[in-house]
Amino acid sequence: MTTIVRMEKLRVEYRSREMRQATKVALCGLDLEVGAGEVFGFLGPNGAGKTTTMNVLLGFVPPTSGTASLFGIDVRQPIARQRIGYLPELTYYYKFLTAEELLRFYARIFGLSRADANRRIPELLKLVELEPAAKRPIKSYSKGMQQRVGLAQALINNPDLLVLDEPTSGLDPLGRMKVREIIQRLKNEGKTVFFSSHELGEVESVCDRVAIIHQGELKAVGRVAEITGRHTNLEQAFLAIVGYPLQPAP
Amino acid sequence: MNNISAVAGIVIKELYRRKDFYVLFIVTILICLVMASINIYNDAHIVRYLKEICLDLIWVSTLVIAVTTTARQIPAERENRTLLPLLAKPLTRVQLLLGKFLGCWLACGLALLCFYIFFGALAASREHHWSVLNYFQAGILHWFLLGIVVAFALLGSLIFAAPSSNATICFVIIGGILFVGRNLDRVALGLGAVGRNLVLALYFALPHLEFYDLRDLVVHNWPTVPWTYFCLALLYAALYMAVFLIAACLVFRRKAVN
Repeated sequence: MTTIVRMEKLRVEYRSREMRQATKVALCGLDLEVGAGEVFGFLGPNGAGKTTTMNVLLGFVPPTSGTASLFGIDVRQPIARQRIGYLPELTYYYKFLTAEELLRFYARIFGLSRADANRRIPELLKLVELEPAAKRPIKSYSKGMQQRVGLAQALINNPDLLVLDEPTSGLDPLGRMKVREIIQRLKNEGKTVFFSSHELGEVESVCDRVAIIHQGELKAVGRVAEITGRHTNLEQAFLAIVGYPLQPAP
Repeated sequence: MNNISAVAGIVIKELYRRKDFYVLFIVTILICLVMASINIYNDAHIVRYLKEICLDLIWVSTLVIAVTTTARQIPAERENRTLLPLLAKPLTRVQLLLGKFLGCWLACGLALLCFYIFFGALAASREHHWSVLNYFQAGILHWFLLGIVVAFALLGSLIFAAPSSNATICFVIIGGILFVGRNLDRVALGLGAVGRNLVLALYFALPHLEFYDLRDLVVHNWPTVPWTYFCLALLYAALYMAVFLIAACLVFRRKAVN
Protein backbone atom coordinates (compact mmCIF):
# COMPACT_ATOMS: atom_id res chain seq x y z
CA MET A 1 0.00 0.00 0.00
CA THR A 2 1.36 3.45 -0.95
CA THR A 3 2.12 5.70 2.00
CA ILE A 4 0.32 9.03 1.76
CA VAL A 5 1.21 10.61 5.11
CA ARG A 6 4.55 9.94 6.74
CA MET A 7 5.97 11.43 9.92
CA GLU A 8 9.36 10.42 11.26
CA LYS A 9 10.66 11.38 14.70
CA LEU A 10 8.57 14.53 14.52
CA ARG A 11 9.26 16.94 17.34
CA VAL A 12 7.71 20.35 17.88
CA GLU A 13 8.73 22.70 20.67
CA TYR A 14 7.14 26.03 21.43
CA ARG A 15 9.24 28.66 23.10
CA SER A 16 7.34 30.24 25.94
CA ARG A 17 6.80 33.99 25.61
CA GLU A 18 7.19 34.47 29.32
CA MET A 19 10.63 34.76 30.84
CA ARG A 20 12.03 31.78 32.80
CA GLN A 21 9.31 29.49 31.46
CA ALA A 22 10.48 26.18 30.10
CA THR A 23 10.08 25.30 26.43
CA LYS A 24 6.83 23.44 25.83
CA VAL A 25 7.13 20.18 23.94
CA ALA A 26 4.00 19.75 21.83
CA LEU A 27 5.14 16.67 19.90
CA CYS A 28 7.83 14.27 20.99
CA GLY A 29 9.32 11.97 18.33
CA LEU A 30 6.09 11.11 16.53
CA ASP A 31 6.35 8.27 13.97
CA LEU A 32 3.22 7.66 11.93
CA GLU A 33 2.25 6.39 8.49
CA VAL A 34 -1.11 6.52 6.75
CA GLY A 35 -1.65 4.43 3.65
CA ALA A 36 -3.63 5.22 0.52
CA GLY A 37 -7.37 4.66 0.81
CA GLU A 38 -7.34 4.51 4.60
CA VAL A 39 -9.70 6.37 6.90
CA PHE A 40 -7.39 7.17 9.79
CA GLY A 41 -8.65 8.48 13.12
CA PHE A 42 -6.28 10.60 15.18
CA LEU A 43 -7.36 10.64 18.80
CA GLY A 44 -6.19 12.23 21.98
CA PRO A 45 -7.39 14.37 24.88
CA ASN A 46 -7.40 18.17 24.56
CA GLY A 47 -3.84 19.50 24.33
CA ALA A 48 -2.44 16.11 23.32
CA GLY A 49 -0.89 17.47 20.11
CA LYS A 50 -3.46 16.52 17.46
CA THR A 51 -3.88 20.00 16.01
CA THR A 52 -0.12 20.61 16.20
CA THR A 53 0.43 17.44 14.15
CA MET A 54 -2.03 18.68 11.55
CA ASN A 55 -0.43 22.12 11.59
CA VAL A 56 2.93 20.54 10.79
CA LEU A 57 1.40 18.41 8.03
CA LEU A 58 -0.11 21.50 6.44
CA GLY A 59 3.06 23.57 6.75
CA PHE A 60 1.63 26.06 9.27
CA VAL A 61 4.22 25.20 11.92
CA PRO A 62 7.80 24.15 11.13
CA PRO A 63 8.93 21.04 13.04
CA THR A 64 11.79 21.51 15.51
CA SER A 65 13.23 18.22 14.27
CA GLY A 66 12.14 15.17 12.30
CA THR A 67 10.41 15.06 8.94
CA ALA A 68 6.87 15.01 7.60
CA SER A 69 5.77 14.32 4.05
CA LEU A 70 2.58 14.09 2.02
CA PHE A 71 2.62 11.92 -1.11
CA GLY A 72 6.38 11.63 -0.59
CA ILE A 73 6.88 15.41 -0.81
CA ASP A 74 8.21 17.42 2.13
CA VAL A 75 5.31 19.31 3.73
CA ARG A 76 7.24 22.58 3.44
CA GLN A 77 6.83 22.46 -0.33
CA PRO A 78 3.54 24.12 -1.41
CA ILE A 79 3.11 21.49 -4.13
CA ALA A 80 2.60 18.89 -1.36
CA ARG A 81 -0.75 20.58 -0.71
CA GLN A 82 -1.98 20.34 -4.31
CA ARG A 83 -3.81 17.06 -3.69
CA ILE A 84 -5.15 17.66 -0.20
CA GLY A 85 -8.32 19.15 1.24
CA TYR A 86 -8.35 20.64 4.74
CA LEU A 87 -11.15 21.48 7.10
CA PRO A 88 -10.01 23.35 10.23
CA GLU A 89 -11.63 22.85 13.62
CA LEU A 90 -13.22 26.29 13.86
CA THR A 91 -14.19 27.43 10.43
CA TYR A 92 -14.53 31.07 9.53
CA TYR A 93 -14.51 32.25 5.98
CA TYR A 94 -14.57 35.64 4.28
CA LYS A 95 -17.91 36.94 5.50
CA PHE A 96 -18.31 39.42 2.65
CA LEU A 97 -18.26 36.62 0.06
CA THR A 98 -21.03 34.23 -0.91
CA ALA A 99 -20.41 30.48 -0.73
CA GLU A 100 -20.17 30.35 -4.52
CA GLU A 101 -17.61 33.18 -4.66
CA LEU A 102 -15.56 31.56 -1.90
CA LEU A 103 -15.45 28.23 -3.74
CA ARG A 104 -14.55 30.00 -6.97
CA PHE A 105 -11.67 31.76 -5.19
CA TYR A 106 -10.29 28.50 -3.80
CA ALA A 107 -10.78 26.78 -7.17
CA ARG A 108 -8.61 29.49 -8.71
CA ILE A 109 -5.90 28.92 -6.10
CA PHE A 110 -5.89 25.23 -7.06
CA GLY A 111 -5.56 26.21 -10.71
CA LEU A 112 -8.93 24.77 -11.77
CA SER A 113 -10.09 26.00 -15.14
CA ARG A 114 -13.26 28.10 -15.32
CA ALA A 115 -15.11 25.19 -16.93
CA ASP A 116 -14.01 22.76 -14.20
CA ALA A 117 -14.96 25.26 -11.50
CA ASN A 118 -18.37 25.83 -13.11
CA ARG A 119 -18.99 22.09 -13.02
CA ARG A 120 -17.47 21.38 -9.59
CA ILE A 121 -19.01 24.24 -7.56
CA PRO A 122 -22.71 23.35 -8.07
CA GLU A 123 -21.85 19.68 -7.39
CA LEU A 124 -20.30 20.57 -4.05
CA LEU A 125 -23.05 23.00 -3.08
CA LYS A 126 -25.54 20.23 -3.75
CA LEU A 127 -23.48 17.73 -1.76
CA VAL A 128 -23.39 19.95 1.34
CA GLU A 129 -26.99 21.09 0.76
CA LEU A 130 -26.17 24.76 0.38
CA GLU A 131 -27.62 25.30 -3.09
CA PRO A 132 -30.45 27.62 -1.93
CA ALA A 133 -28.02 29.77 0.08
CA ALA A 134 -25.22 29.79 -2.51
CA LYS A 135 -25.67 33.46 -3.41
CA ARG A 136 -26.10 34.73 0.13
CA PRO A 137 -23.13 36.26 1.97
CA ILE A 138 -21.47 33.86 4.40
CA LYS A 139 -22.03 36.33 7.26
CA SER A 140 -25.73 35.37 7.15
CA TYR A 141 -25.01 31.63 7.60
CA SER A 142 -25.58 29.60 10.75
CA LYS A 143 -22.65 27.76 12.34
CA GLY A 144 -23.71 24.47 10.75
CA MET A 145 -23.92 26.11 7.31
CA GLN A 146 -20.46 27.62 7.75
CA GLN A 147 -19.11 24.18 8.63
CA ARG A 148 -20.68 22.83 5.44
CA VAL A 149 -19.06 25.62 3.41
CA GLY A 150 -15.82 24.49 5.02
CA LEU A 151 -16.40 20.95 3.91
CA ALA A 152 -17.21 22.09 0.37
CA GLN A 153 -13.99 24.14 0.14
CA ALA A 154 -12.01 21.15 1.41
CA LEU A 155 -13.35 19.10 -1.49
CA ILE A 156 -13.04 21.71 -4.25
CA ASN A 157 -9.93 20.13 -5.81
CA ASN A 158 -11.30 16.55 -5.56
CA PRO A 159 -8.47 15.77 -3.11
CA ASP A 160 -6.74 12.43 -2.70
CA LEU A 161 -6.15 13.18 0.98
CA LEU A 162 -8.62 14.92 3.24
CA VAL A 163 -7.38 16.33 6.54
CA LEU A 164 -10.22 17.09 8.93
CA ASP A 165 -9.65 18.65 12.33
CA GLU A 166 -12.64 17.74 14.50
CA PRO A 167 -15.07 18.03 11.60
CA THR A 168 -18.19 17.40 13.66
CA SER A 169 -17.33 19.82 16.45
CA GLY A 170 -20.34 22.03 17.17
CA LEU A 171 -22.61 20.33 14.63
CA ASP A 172 -26.11 19.07 15.35
CA PRO A 173 -26.88 15.32 14.89
CA LEU A 174 -28.00 15.89 11.31
CA GLY A 175 -24.83 17.75 10.46
CA ARG A 176 -22.74 14.99 12.04
CA MET A 177 -24.54 12.36 10.04
CA LYS A 178 -23.88 14.34 6.87
CA VAL A 179 -20.15 14.54 7.64
CA ARG A 180 -20.05 10.79 8.34
CA GLU A 181 -21.81 10.13 5.04
CA ILE A 182 -19.29 12.25 3.18
CA ILE A 183 -16.35 10.50 4.84
CA GLN A 184 -17.90 7.14 3.96
CA ARG A 185 -18.43 8.26 0.38
CA LEU A 186 -14.80 9.40 0.09
CA LYS A 187 -13.68 6.07 1.52
CA ASN A 188 -15.71 4.25 -1.13
CA GLU A 189 -14.04 6.40 -3.78
CA GLY A 190 -10.66 5.23 -2.47
CA LYS A 191 -9.64 8.58 -0.95
CA THR A 192 -7.50 8.84 2.15
CA VAL A 193 -9.01 10.61 5.15
CA PHE A 194 -6.95 11.72 8.15
CA PHE A 195 -9.12 13.16 10.86
CA SER A 196 -9.11 14.01 14.52
CA SER A 197 -12.20 13.73 16.66
CA HIS A 198 -13.47 13.44 20.20
CA GLU A 199 -16.52 11.49 18.99
CA LEU A 200 -15.21 8.00 19.59
CA GLY A 201 -18.39 6.26 18.45
CA GLU A 202 -18.06 8.05 15.13
CA VAL A 203 -14.38 7.09 14.86
CA GLU A 204 -15.23 3.46 15.60
CA SER A 205 -17.85 3.41 12.86
CA VAL A 206 -15.86 4.99 10.01
CA CYS A 207 -12.14 4.42 10.67
CA ASP A 208 -9.93 1.65 9.36
CA ARG A 209 -7.12 2.47 11.76
CA VAL A 210 -6.67 4.84 14.67
CA ALA A 211 -3.78 6.37 16.56
CA ILE A 212 -3.96 7.65 20.13
CA ILE A 213 -1.67 10.48 21.14
CA HIS A 214 -1.19 11.79 24.67
CA GLN A 215 1.09 14.59 25.88
CA GLY A 216 2.76 14.72 22.47
CA GLU A 217 3.64 11.01 22.39
CA LEU A 218 2.10 8.26 20.32
CA LYS A 219 0.52 5.77 22.75
CA ALA A 220 -1.16 3.34 20.39
CA VAL A 221 -1.73 2.78 16.70
CA GLY A 222 -3.55 0.00 14.87
CA ARG A 223 -6.90 -1.25 13.62
CA VAL A 224 -9.89 -0.33 15.76
CA ALA A 225 -10.38 -3.96 16.86
CA GLU A 226 -6.71 -4.21 17.88
CA ILE A 227 -6.88 -1.02 19.94
CA THR A 228 -10.16 -1.97 21.59
CA GLY A 229 -8.70 -5.38 22.54
CA ARG A 230 -10.05 -6.63 25.84
CA HIS A 231 -12.04 -3.42 26.46
CA THR A 232 -15.75 -3.20 25.73
CA ASN A 233 -15.43 -0.34 23.23
CA LEU A 234 -13.03 2.26 21.86
CA GLU A 235 -13.94 4.78 24.55
CA GLN A 236 -12.93 2.39 27.34
CA ALA A 237 -9.71 1.54 25.52
CA PHE A 238 -8.98 5.24 24.94
CA LEU A 239 -9.46 6.08 28.63
CA ALA A 240 -7.23 3.20 29.70
CA ILE A 241 -4.49 4.22 27.23
CA VAL A 242 -4.41 7.86 28.33
CA GLY A 243 -4.28 6.72 31.97
CA TYR A 244 -7.75 7.71 33.14
CA PRO A 245 -8.77 5.51 36.13
CA LEU A 246 -11.68 3.37 34.92
CA GLN A 247 -14.60 2.90 37.30
CA PRO A 248 -15.95 -0.63 37.64
CA ALA A 249 -19.45 -1.04 36.16
CA PRO A 250 -22.18 -0.78 38.83
CA MET B 1 0.66 35.08 -10.94
CA ASN B 2 -2.78 33.43 -10.95
CA ASN B 3 -2.63 32.94 -7.17
CA ILE B 4 -1.46 36.52 -6.61
CA SER B 5 -4.27 37.97 -8.73
CA ALA B 6 -6.83 35.68 -7.01
CA VAL B 7 -5.81 37.02 -3.57
CA ALA B 8 -5.73 40.59 -4.91
CA GLY B 9 -9.25 40.15 -6.29
CA ILE B 10 -10.55 39.20 -2.85
CA VAL B 11 -8.94 42.30 -1.28
CA ILE B 12 -10.57 44.57 -3.87
CA LYS B 13 -13.93 42.85 -3.39
CA GLU B 14 -13.62 43.40 0.36
CA LEU B 15 -12.96 47.13 -0.12
CA TYR B 16 -16.00 47.76 -2.27
CA ARG B 17 -18.26 45.68 -0.06
CA ARG B 18 -17.26 47.55 3.08
CA LYS B 19 -18.59 50.98 3.94
CA ASP B 20 -15.29 52.79 4.69
CA PHE B 21 -14.64 54.01 1.16
CA TYR B 22 -18.21 55.15 0.55
CA VAL B 23 -18.31 57.08 3.82
CA LEU B 24 -15.06 58.91 3.06
CA PHE B 25 -16.09 59.59 -0.52
CA ILE B 26 -19.49 60.96 0.45
CA VAL B 27 -17.99 63.11 3.24
CA THR B 28 -15.43 64.53 0.77
CA ILE B 29 -18.15 65.26 -1.81
CA LEU B 30 -20.39 66.93 0.78
CA ILE B 31 -17.64 69.14 2.21
CA CYS B 32 -16.46 70.15 -1.26
CA LEU B 33 -19.96 70.89 -2.51
CA VAL B 34 -20.66 73.04 0.55
CA MET B 35 -17.36 74.89 0.04
CA ALA B 36 -18.14 75.30 -3.67
CA SER B 37 -21.52 76.84 -2.87
CA ILE B 38 -19.93 79.53 -0.70
CA ASN B 39 -18.44 82.50 -2.48
CA ILE B 40 -15.77 83.27 0.14
CA TYR B 41 -13.81 85.98 -1.70
CA ASN B 42 -16.84 87.43 -3.42
CA ASP B 43 -15.35 86.34 -6.71
CA ALA B 44 -16.85 83.33 -8.41
CA HIS B 45 -13.66 82.83 -10.45
CA ILE B 46 -11.46 82.09 -7.44
CA VAL B 47 -11.22 78.35 -7.35
CA ARG B 48 -7.85 77.74 -5.73
CA TYR B 49 -9.14 77.51 -2.16
CA LEU B 50 -11.70 74.97 -3.28
CA LYS B 51 -9.13 72.87 -5.12
CA GLU B 52 -6.83 73.02 -2.11
CA ILE B 53 -9.51 71.89 0.34
CA CYS B 54 -10.65 69.13 -2.00
CA LEU B 55 -7.09 67.86 -2.52
CA ASP B 56 -6.38 67.95 1.23
CA LEU B 57 -9.49 65.86 1.84
CA ILE B 58 -8.48 63.44 -0.90
CA TRP B 59 -5.03 63.06 0.66
CA VAL B 60 -6.42 62.39 4.12
CA SER B 61 -9.11 60.02 2.84
CA THR B 62 -6.79 57.98 0.64
CA LEU B 63 -4.18 57.68 3.39
CA VAL B 64 -6.91 56.48 5.77
CA ILE B 65 -8.14 53.95 3.18
CA ALA B 66 -4.59 52.74 2.41
CA VAL B 67 -3.53 52.30 6.04
CA THR B 68 -6.77 50.86 7.45
CA THR B 69 -7.31 48.49 4.53
CA THR B 70 -3.75 47.16 4.63
CA ALA B 71 -3.29 47.10 8.40
CA ARG B 72 -6.14 44.64 8.91
CA GLN B 73 -5.24 42.20 6.11
CA ILE B 74 -2.97 39.65 7.80
CA PRO B 75 -4.10 40.22 11.46
CA ALA B 76 -7.76 39.77 10.45
CA GLU B 77 -6.88 36.62 8.51
CA ARG B 78 -5.17 35.26 11.63
CA GLU B 79 -7.90 36.37 14.00
CA ASN B 80 -10.72 34.94 11.87
CA ARG B 81 -8.64 31.85 11.07
CA THR B 82 -9.23 32.33 7.35
CA LEU B 83 -5.45 32.09 6.97
CA LEU B 84 -5.47 28.36 7.77
CA PRO B 85 -7.64 27.07 4.91
CA LEU B 86 -5.88 29.54 2.62
CA LEU B 87 -2.34 28.39 3.44
CA ALA B 88 -3.48 24.75 3.31
CA LYS B 89 -3.81 25.31 -0.44
CA PRO B 90 -0.85 25.35 -2.85
CA LEU B 91 -0.28 29.04 -2.15
CA THR B 92 3.09 30.23 -0.90
CA ARG B 93 3.38 32.88 1.78
CA VAL B 94 5.21 35.16 -0.66
CA GLN B 95 2.28 34.84 -3.11
CA LEU B 96 -0.14 35.63 -0.30
CA LEU B 97 1.79 38.78 0.67
CA LEU B 98 2.19 39.92 -2.93
CA GLY B 99 -1.51 39.30 -3.53
CA LYS B 100 -2.42 41.34 -0.46
CA PHE B 101 -0.08 44.14 -1.52
CA LEU B 102 -1.36 44.19 -5.09
CA GLY B 103 -4.98 44.06 -3.93
CA CYS B 104 -4.57 46.91 -1.46
CA TRP B 105 -2.60 49.02 -3.92
CA LEU B 106 -5.10 48.49 -6.73
CA ALA B 107 -8.00 49.14 -4.35
CA CYS B 108 -6.34 52.42 -3.33
CA GLY B 109 -5.85 53.20 -7.02
CA LEU B 110 -9.56 52.68 -7.72
CA ALA B 111 -10.52 54.86 -4.75
CA LEU B 112 -8.03 57.49 -5.92
CA LEU B 113 -9.49 57.42 -9.43
CA CYS B 114 -12.98 58.07 -8.06
CA PHE B 115 -11.68 60.95 -5.94
CA TYR B 116 -9.71 62.52 -8.81
CA ILE B 117 -12.65 62.25 -11.23
CA PHE B 118 -14.78 64.11 -8.69
CA PHE B 119 -11.98 66.63 -8.15
CA GLY B 120 -11.57 67.14 -11.89
CA ALA B 121 -15.30 67.65 -12.36
CA LEU B 122 -15.44 70.11 -9.46
CA ALA B 123 -12.43 72.10 -10.69
CA ALA B 124 -13.66 72.11 -14.29
CA SER B 125 -17.06 73.38 -13.23
CA ARG B 126 -15.35 76.52 -11.91
CA GLU B 127 -12.28 76.86 -14.16
CA HIS B 128 -13.89 75.58 -17.35
CA HIS B 129 -10.78 73.71 -18.40
CA TRP B 130 -8.99 70.52 -17.43
CA SER B 131 -5.24 70.42 -16.75
CA VAL B 132 -5.17 66.78 -17.77
CA LEU B 133 -1.40 66.30 -17.62
CA ASN B 134 -1.19 67.96 -14.20
CA TYR B 135 -3.92 65.72 -12.89
CA PHE B 136 -2.27 62.67 -14.45
CA GLN B 137 1.11 63.40 -12.85
CA ALA B 138 -0.44 64.25 -9.49
CA GLY B 139 -2.65 61.13 -9.53
CA ILE B 140 0.10 58.69 -10.56
CA LEU B 141 2.62 60.06 -8.04
CA HIS B 142 -0.07 60.01 -5.36
CA TRP B 143 -0.82 56.37 -6.23
CA PHE B 144 2.87 55.43 -5.97
CA LEU B 145 3.06 57.18 -2.60
CA LEU B 146 0.13 55.01 -1.50
CA GLY B 147 2.10 51.99 -2.77
CA ILE B 148 4.91 52.84 -0.33
CA VAL B 149 2.34 53.31 2.47
CA VAL B 150 0.64 49.99 1.65
CA ALA B 151 3.95 48.07 1.59
CA PHE B 152 4.96 49.69 4.88
CA ALA B 153 1.61 48.92 6.56
CA LEU B 154 1.79 45.33 5.31
CA LEU B 155 5.19 44.92 6.95
CA GLY B 156 3.75 46.46 10.13
CA SER B 157 0.81 44.05 10.07
CA LEU B 158 3.27 41.14 10.40
CA ILE B 159 5.04 42.73 13.34
CA PHE B 160 2.10 44.10 15.34
CA ALA B 161 -0.63 41.60 16.15
CA ALA B 162 -3.55 44.02 16.39
CA PRO B 163 -4.72 45.96 13.31
CA SER B 164 -5.49 49.03 15.44
CA SER B 165 -1.97 49.29 16.87
CA ASN B 166 -0.46 48.79 13.42
CA ALA B 167 -2.76 51.44 11.91
CA THR B 168 -1.92 53.95 14.66
CA ILE B 169 1.82 53.39 14.36
CA CYS B 170 1.62 53.65 10.56
CA PHE B 171 -0.35 56.91 10.75
CA VAL B 172 2.19 58.40 13.18
CA ILE B 173 5.19 57.34 11.09
CA ILE B 174 3.69 58.33 7.72
CA GLY B 175 2.48 61.65 9.17
CA GLY B 176 5.91 62.20 10.72
CA ILE B 177 7.66 61.53 7.41
CA LEU B 178 5.27 63.79 5.50
CA PHE B 179 5.51 66.72 7.89
CA VAL B 180 9.00 66.41 9.40
CA GLY B 181 10.96 64.14 7.05
CA ARG B 182 11.79 66.85 4.52
CA ASN B 183 13.26 69.10 7.24
CA LEU B 184 15.48 66.54 8.95
CA ASP B 185 18.61 67.75 7.13
CA ARG B 186 18.06 71.25 8.52
CA VAL B 187 17.43 69.82 12.00
CA ALA B 188 20.72 67.89 11.71
CA LEU B 189 22.69 71.11 11.18
CA GLY B 190 21.90 72.25 14.70
CA LEU B 191 23.03 69.01 16.38
CA GLY B 192 26.36 67.62 17.60
CA ALA B 193 28.46 65.28 15.46
CA VAL B 194 26.82 62.00 16.59
CA GLY B 195 23.28 63.38 16.55
CA ARG B 196 23.85 65.00 13.17
CA ASN B 197 25.07 61.74 11.63
CA LEU B 198 22.13 59.85 13.09
CA VAL B 199 19.56 62.36 11.87
CA LEU B 200 21.21 62.58 8.46
CA ALA B 201 21.20 58.77 8.20
CA LEU B 202 17.49 58.87 8.99
CA TYR B 203 16.98 61.64 6.44
CA PHE B 204 18.49 59.52 3.68
CA ALA B 205 16.99 56.21 4.85
CA LEU B 206 13.37 57.33 5.13
CA PRO B 207 11.35 57.61 1.94
CA HIS B 208 10.89 61.22 0.85
CA LEU B 209 7.13 61.26 0.51
CA GLU B 210 7.13 64.98 -0.29
CA PHE B 211 8.35 64.08 -3.81
CA TYR B 212 4.85 62.76 -4.47
CA ASP B 213 2.95 65.80 -3.30
CA LEU B 214 1.95 67.78 -6.40
CA ARG B 215 -0.97 69.57 -4.79
CA ASP B 216 0.53 73.04 -5.37
CA LEU B 217 1.14 72.23 -9.02
CA VAL B 218 -2.52 71.26 -9.47
CA VAL B 219 -3.93 74.12 -7.38
CA HIS B 220 -1.95 76.85 -9.15
CA ASN B 221 -1.95 75.23 -12.61
CA TRP B 222 1.83 75.31 -12.75
CA PRO B 223 3.66 73.60 -15.63
CA THR B 224 4.08 69.84 -15.36
CA VAL B 225 7.09 68.26 -13.67
CA PRO B 226 9.80 67.23 -16.20
CA TRP B 227 9.07 63.63 -17.21
CA THR B 228 12.59 62.46 -16.30
CA TYR B 229 12.06 63.52 -12.68
CA PHE B 230 8.59 62.05 -12.76
CA CYS B 231 9.96 58.65 -13.87
CA LEU B 232 12.81 58.82 -11.33
CA ALA B 233 10.25 59.43 -8.58
CA LEU B 234 8.34 56.33 -9.70
CA LEU B 235 11.54 54.27 -9.62
CA TYR B 236 12.37 55.62 -6.18
CA ALA B 237 8.90 54.57 -4.93
CA ALA B 238 9.24 51.13 -6.54
CA LEU B 239 12.55 50.69 -4.72
CA TYR B 240 10.99 51.45 -1.32
CA MET B 241 8.00 49.20 -2.05
CA ALA B 242 10.42 46.37 -2.91
CA VAL B 243 12.45 46.94 0.28
CA PHE B 244 9.34 46.86 2.51
CA LEU B 245 7.91 43.83 0.71
CA ILE B 246 11.16 41.86 0.93
CA ALA B 247 11.31 42.64 4.66
CA ALA B 248 7.66 41.50 5.03
CA CYS B 249 8.41 38.24 3.18
CA LEU B 250 11.42 37.57 5.43
CA VAL B 251 9.32 38.16 8.57
CA PHE B 252 6.43 36.02 7.33
CA ARG B 253 8.56 33.19 5.90
CA ARG B 254 9.13 31.28 9.15
CA LYS B 255 6.26 32.66 11.22
CA ALA B 256 4.03 29.97 12.76
CA VAL B 257 0.42 30.66 11.80
CA ASN B 258 -1.42 28.33 14.17
